[in-house]
Amino acid sequence: MNLQINQHQINEIHELQLTGEVDAYTAPKLKEVMLPLTEKEGGTVVVDLSGIDYMDSTGLGVFVGALKSSKANNSSLKLRGMTDRVKRIFEITGLTEVMDIESGVKGEAL
Amino acid sequence: MRTASDYIEMNVPAKPDYVGVVRLTISGLANRMGFAFDEIEDIKIAVSEAVTNVVNHAYTDGEKGQVRIGCNIFDDRIEITVVDQGMSFDVESISKNLGPVDGKSVDQLNEGGLGLFLIDTLMDKVEISSEAGVVVMMTKYLHRDEVEEHVDRISPAPSQ
Repeated sequence: MNLQINQHQINEIHELQLTGEVDAYTAPKLKEVMLPLTEKEGGTVVVDLSGIDYMDSTGLGVFVGALKSSKANNSSLKLRGMTDRVKRIFEITGLTEVMDIESGVKGEAL
Repeated sequence: MRTASDYIEMNVPAKPDYVGVVRLTISGLANRMGFAFDEIEDIKIAVSEAVTNVVNHAYTDGEKGQVRIGCNIFDDRIEITVVDQGMSFDVESISKNLGPVDGKSVDQLNEGGLGLFLIDTLMDKVEISSEAGVVVMMTKYLHRDEVEEHVDRISPAPSQ
């Protein structure tokens, strides 16, 4: 029932590796870490969601907020590594249309 | 007609800290009933959304409220009721904003508002009333693959 956030930075690219659950309890922590990163002009924030096994609309709200902030500050926000479950709620809510989502593990051979 | 059901109730403080506890409990009940993995995940999200709504909207700062979660377990379905005794939030104005992102620009996106839409999408039946506080009642039916459908089963008329 917790969320772990690991942060790495390579030049202008900030990568956040998330593990655990994003809900009403943990979302404020994610917002606190992610939002300031999206406010850096020209920067890129990459969020790896492969370790997320639960997310609800509170989490979606944080990503919507981060997306707005990145548009306002000319930075970019990319999401990657979504599990099928997490991808499903992005799809249901239509957020896949507006978010930059890197498709998951694709077999090289295909 | 089967009407007998088991009833489980939780009464927790309306704080974010307890949303996950409720979710895990409901997940355990749904698992015991034989719901499939994806259905359990749907129920977990729907219940969390309803409880989170209470946590965020029902009580003003300083007013310490509770949220009550009741589960009726039937042979063929789980009925979950989430109740607060706080100020009713304006269900109509929230419902108006329901819906997926469809064609909206990023500026028009609402950081809240997706919760009720998700409940509505993930559960089979949802009823909301807001007379004294808000009551959200949601139902998910069991679709047991290994059991043949009873042809003579009394099925409720579709409520569209």
